[in-house]
Parts: sequence; C-alpha cells; structure tokens
Amino acid sequence: MKPAPFAYTRPGNVAEALDALHQSGGEARVIAGGQSLVPMLNMRLARPALLVDIMQIEALRRVEDRGGLLTIGAGVRQRALETRADLPQRQPLLAMVLPSLGHLQTRSRGTVCGSVAHADPSAELPLALVALEGTVHLRSARKRRQVAAEAFFTGMMATARTDDELIEAVSVPVAQPGLGYAFREISRRHGDYAIAGFAAVAGESGVRLAVGGVASSPQARRMPADAGLDDALDSFAWDLDARDDLHASARYRRELVRRIGREVVREAVRDRDLRRTRQEAA
Amino acid sequence: MRAAVLEAGRRHPVAFTLNGKKVQAEAEPRLLLHDFLRHVLGATGTHVGCEHGVCGACTVQIDGQPARACLTLAVQADGADIRTVEGLAPAPDRLGVLQEAFRTHFGLQCGFCTAGILMSLDAYLRECPEADEQGVREVLSGHLCRCTGYTPIVKAALAAATALREGSHA
Repeated sequence: MKPAPFAYTRPGNVAEALDALHQSGGEARVIAGGQSLVPMLNMRLARPALLVDIMQIEALRRVEDRGGLLTIGAGVRQRALETRADLPQRQPLLAMVLPSLGHLQTRSRGTVCGSVAHADPSAELPLALVALEGTVHLRSARKRRQVAAEAFFTGMMATARTDDELIEAVSVPVAQPGLGYAFREISRRHGDYAIAGFAAVAGESGVRLAVGGVASSPQARRMPADAGLDDALDSFAWDLDARDDLHASARYRRELVRRIGREVVREAVRDRDLRRTRQEAA
Repeated sequence: MRAAVLEAGRRHPVAFTLNGKKVQAEAEPRLLLHDFLRHVLGATGTHVGCEHGVCGACTVQIDGQPARACLTLAVQADGADIRTVEGLAPAPDRLGVLQEAFRTHFGLQCGFCTAGILMSLDAYLRECPEADEQGVREVLSGHLCRCTGYTPIVKAALAAATALREGSHA
C-alpha cells in the first residue's frame, strides 16, 4: 500500500505545468487535492513517472461568477466551494450535491476539477455537471478547448482529456428564473460512492434527468413532467444497460431509476414552482 | 522557465509546522504524510489503518482542516501548518476538553481510531460550536470505529461542545 517511485514538481504557473505535462510524453499525472489519485497510487493502480502538483498556481484557485456562468478553477477545493455563502442561490444543484461528496475529511483537500478528472461513474460532481449541461475547459501547451460535460465522460473512469491536457476549470450555468433543481443518491452509508445518483433540472417544458452509477458514465435524458413520465423512466432504465456488481444487481438499479427517478423529477418540478412563487412574492 | 523537479527515489527537504513547532527532514516524493510523521519525525500518535482514505485513523489537521494523512504526500505538506493528536493536550499531564470528554463518556476502547476522530472533532467544534448530534454523526461518517458503536463518541463530542461553549462564556 505504498506508491511506486515517482518524481514530483510543483510549478508556479500554468505554462510551467503544461510544459511539464508535454515533456513527460504521457507519463505524468496532475495532482491537485490528491483524494482520488493518491488511493490509486497507494494501490499501484496508477504508476506515473512524474506528478505535477498544481496547487501552488494562484490563477487556478479562482471561482468566477460572470456572464451567467460559474467557472471553477482547477485549484478550488470542494470544501471551499461548499462553504461559499452564495452558492445555494447561484447554483442550487451544486450546493445540494457537495455535502454528499466523500467526507468532510476528503472534501477539505479534494478539488472539484479533480473529481471530474477521475470520472468515477458514481461520482456526484460529474453527475451534476452533466445535469447542468456544464463545460470542461481543457488546456495543453499547444491549445485550449472546451468540451461539453456529456461528451467529456466517455466511460468508466475514462474522459476526453488527452495526456498532455490540464483541466483548467469547469463551468456551469448559474440558476435561471423558471428552473428548479433536485438531487438524491442511494448509498449504504453517508459518504459512500452512490449505488445510483440522480440530479434533475426542471424547466417549462420538461425535466432533464441525469443518472449516475448505473451506466459507465453519467447519462441524461429529457423527461415529461407528468403524463408519460413512468414510461419514459422505464425505457431510460433499460437503455442505461445496468450491470450486476458487488453493491447491487442490475435489476435493483433499474428499479431505482424508475422509482427514485420519478421522485427526483417531481421534486425538481416542486422546486421550480417554489422558486417562482418566491420570486413573484419578492 | 521550468519548475524544479524532485527526483524519484531520492530524498528531498520537507519543512512544515508541526503542533506549533517548525520541523524539517527529508522525504522521497512517494512518502505518505503519515509515514513521514511516524517514521521520520517519530510522532507516532497518528495511526495508520487502511491507507486508502476510508477508515479515517490517520486524520490530522492540515492548515486547520481535517484531512487524511494517507492521502497526502509529505512533499505536498511542505510549508503547511500540521496538527496531530500530540498537539491537543495543553500540558503533558493534562487532557484537553475533548480528550477529557472521551475519557468521561467512554468514547474509546482499543483507541486505534481515536487519534483521527479527535482531530476531526477538534476542527469541527472549532468551526461549529453549536454542533448537534446530526452534525457530529456526519463528521464521524468519515471514521471507522469497531469497538464503541459510535454512541459514546457522539455523547463525548456533544459534552465537549457544551463544555467549550460554557468555557468560552466564562
């Protein structure tokens, strides 16, 4: 349970970090909070030649709230975002999701972008990012590009990021009038990875429901708010191609999609209506 | 300009503040913080359990926040403010308020998990003096204890919260 040997560098700016990734020829890994990567190192599931620690880079430690987008830099720790006083108002879904993520003792170190880079199929932040139609901002020594969250997560712990790219930030739209949000996950204990996780965004014409922990990456689909919801959930449940594993059977997971999916869709609609009433009263 | 690289398999200087005192020693990049504390610095109060962040036994405070020593490299802690269980007692022959509450309420049996739990609760009670049972249980969800069933730990934490509140009013 000790990591294999690796070299370590702590660049002071993004250009140096990108240069280190580029020079390593795919043998380097970025480390931020280390809460997903260090277990992989300890179990020797990851054996990089070089770790590039980005936590000294001031420019990555910012949360920007501009142009209707909340942009969260690669150095922003989960706990730092969770304790922002205006988060429940600016992006309620993130505020709902963060307390369920790991434990206080890992959120204090782990970063938002690190969880996105790790891309565990049950993880809460990738789920929220897909539900909110967020964007992953990638940068290498040669170019910058933006990838929609839905296209970024390509499979079980697999993403569209190439070896020389750094996730510089992720962004999500801030809360809009007329939208409602809901989140729930089913796990054995608080802080465990979810057996299945659900995040929903309700608008005027329907509800976008994202499901994590069932397919190999979080998947989202538009659901009708009332008539036809059960049928839509049933076909979504089958299309997610659930597998049996140590924690739950495929059949149980499909049933969660039908039942908890329905509750979360309805909760998002209620949240939308509540927000509208509050706004009209204000 | 290229950032300096600490070579694999070689030891490099690491310096931080440990329980208020400056310490410096050498570590390979792959050395985990708990091994640095225990084997290099001789601070064996921090215990090691699962080594992948699940059990919570190795929890210390890094810059005031509870964190897993087993998920932190010693080189990452360079320049940080580290607190361990050795820093809790006000004097060698006296227990801190939280430690005393654990003793009074039988918050430990074998004691293996205790150092980590104390460090989490110490940080939590500082941040949240009005702690309630639900909050305490949520913090404890990051720790495994196979002796107590947690109930005495919850009691000890709530008693310590009350004592600390009363103490601060006095």
